Amino acid sequence: MGATFVGMPPFPEAARTALADTRLRRNLGHATATIRAKRAAVVAELDDWEDLRRQAAAVKDETLTHLDEHLLTLEAALTERGAIVHWARDAADACAVVAEVARAHGIDEVVKVKSMATQEIGLNEALAARGIAAWETDLAELIVQLGDDLPSHILVPAIHRGRSEIREIFRTRMAAAGRPAPDDLTDDPAALAGAARLHLREKFLAARMAVSGANFAVAETGTLVVVESEGNGRMCLTLPEVLVSVVGIEKVVPTYADLDLFLRLLPRSSTGERMNPYTSTWAGVTPGDGPQEVHVVLLDNGRTRALADEYARQVLRCIRCSACLNVCPVYERVGGHAYGSVYPGPIGAILNPLLKGVGSDPVTDSLPYASTLCGACGDVCPVAIDIPGILVHERVKVVDAHRGDRPKAEALAMRAAAWGLGEAGRMALGEKVSGLVGRLPRRRGMPGGRGALSWLPFPGSRWTGARDLPTPPVESFRAWWRRAGRDEEVRR
Amino acid sequence: MTVAVMATCLGDAMFPDAPRATVRLLRRLGVDVAVPDAQTCCGQPMVNTGYLDEAVPLVRTTVGAFEGYEAVVVPSGSCAGSVRHQHRLVAERSGDAALADGVARLAPRTYELSEFLVDVLGVTDVGATFTHRVTYHPTCHSLRMLRVGDRPLRLLREVRGIDLVDLPGAEECCGFGGTFAVKNADTSVAMGSDKARHVRETGAEVLVAGDASCLMHVGGLLSRQRAGVRTMHLAEVLASTAEHPAGER
Repeated sequence: MGATFVGMPPFPEAARTALADTRLRRNLGHATATIRAKRAAVVAELDDWEDLRRQAAAVKDETLTHLDEHLLTLEAALTERGAIVHWARDAADACAVVAEVARAHGIDEVVKVKSMATQEIGLNEALAARGIAAWETDLAELIVQLGDDLPSHILVPAIHRGRSEIREIFRTRMAAAGRPAPDDLTDDPAALAGAARLHLREKFLAARMAVSGANFAVAETGTLVVVESEGNGRMCLTLPEVLVSVVGIEKVVPTYADLDLFLRLLPRSSTGERMNPYTSTWAGVTPGDGPQEVHVVLLDNGRTRALADEYARQVLRCIRCSACLNVCPVYERVGGHAYGSVYPGPIGAILNPLLKGVGSDPVTDSLPYASTLCGACGDVCPVAIDIPGILVHERVKVVDAHRGDRPKAEALAMRAAAWGLGEAGRMALGEKVSGLVGRLPRRRGMPGGRGALSWLPFPGSRWTGARDLPTPPVESFRAWWRRAGRDEEVRR
Repeated sequence: MTVAVMATCLGDAMFPDAPRATVRLLRRLGVDVAVPDAQTCCGQPMVNTGYLDEAVPLVRTTVGAFEGYEAVVVPSGSCAGSVRHQHRLVAERSGDAALADGVARLAPRTYELSEFLVDVLGVTDVGATFTHRVTYHPTCHSLRMLRVGDRPLRLLREVRGIDLVDLPGAEECCGFGGTFAVKNADTSVAMGSDKARHVRETGAEVLVAGDASCLMHVGGLLSRQRAGVRTMHLAEVLASTAEHPAGER
């Protein structure tokens, strides 16, 4: 695996590259529009959707407020049922635990059920560096892995790929990873799925160890839950002798009954289904049935940093449904890679800065600005995370983190604007100057009679590159009011 | 009652037709209008870019300028949203308790234009005439920060002679986003181009919205494309009458 997000350019630059990819834009536009419509239809079926959102947010908030207690309860329940619990402070800790389990059993090949947590910590790369091959068994993850690519979406990692591209990846890459694709493979979705099925079936039957994540972890019972559409997860969870589950500490819910809420909100929000096809639960070890050694790695990796932010900690409510990606007009046009993380879209734009902290790397600092603050993400979020509010909150943190630096052009412009607009007299003076510009001879006009500025020097060129700007009016509103508006007779 | 009009900095300096139309419309409806001299900018550009300290003097100016008026009418969803939802952040940051009190008093008295007309004055027919094919773009902050819902459309439907046509993908952001338009210029233009394409598909002569900023962005693209579509603020259409039609000087 050569693909990695490390060293990506900041968002605006990465977005520019993505926007030039017409195939990407067509694939994304089509896929997000389809899934948006499906989600909207199934959400509209429920008249208590808003209640469910509020309840889910409340359960998550309560859990986060007492996270330490719930985690200890979870650890005790897991241990009692025969699982071995590990605490991982960061990615390196977590990867080391998984590698050590594999090494102890002399295992050099593991199968994986799609897991955001293991993507986040770069587990595949860490295992590869120790001579252990990790095979993704989720269809879309398989496409991404075989293509030596990066995921572009939380739920549909290969959303940026069309079926002809997928056929090409299977034809050229599958053989090196195991069972080759059939010679007569077409780009028919059923044929592609069939090829993946045969390829993966060999992996499942050969694997002695599996790695999973979990959508939820029930504290009181020590139950882990995976929600999926293909059944590959169930294969991973039941066939191998050894199972290691890497679970973010925010995945905990207090009771089994709490699952009810989330299993109603998640599928409708994510795939637009009333219920997901497979929900698997597992707890510890059952002699003679399933994995005989189960490890659970409870992962921090920045989550306690996010938790320390009293307002923004609600980001840890996230159940990774990706509804916010599918409604985001920015994501729809640039795709996931531009965000430089396994968590793209609006949630990635707040989650990454909260997990990593702002002020140290330009990619992370660019993310809170990768939004127009249109608010569509906040409206669809099934756990009611105030994503637009947190975007602004993180922008403030980015600006504050750089207040001690030598001020860049933007900071100077903001200070100048604040001064110019801080007092009415100064603003009026500025308008007199702009009014003079408005009196200059017009080269051409906009519909309605205003003159148009079609070229401005940098940084104005960032506007006029593709957009005209009306010439300033000769008379400002303020000037009109003083001259005539105050005493104007009512027009009927 | 005396109602203060908040022109907004962009309306004052760049699009004076919108606040002018707001004044004329309110007077026609029998409202006593004031335009406080001290007003400048609500500070939204600074807040949305993360410069909270820089926004403090602007919030202070805004609160001072509109102190004492029963209602403040803003021909901009995003500036009304800023006053109602963002000034609190700035005041908290400043640590100035008096400012926080002022913000708390101003927020509930501040209305976006369509909210004021429908909710406070209780009118949807404002006696306007505008004989053009029009499509309406509901701007994001009106729609999702203020939840103005279909109030602007209810007002437009009552306009005599108007040919109001639906805009495909109306509720999708136009891509302006304040400083997003220059910080992420390429993405902003990509979004705006799709919006402009949808506007052209309607065959409308005029694109109407309640925010001059969004109109500046989409209108700038339409102008560059020589699309022959003009942009107009909602207030201009509602102020338009048979005797004094909008668009004529």
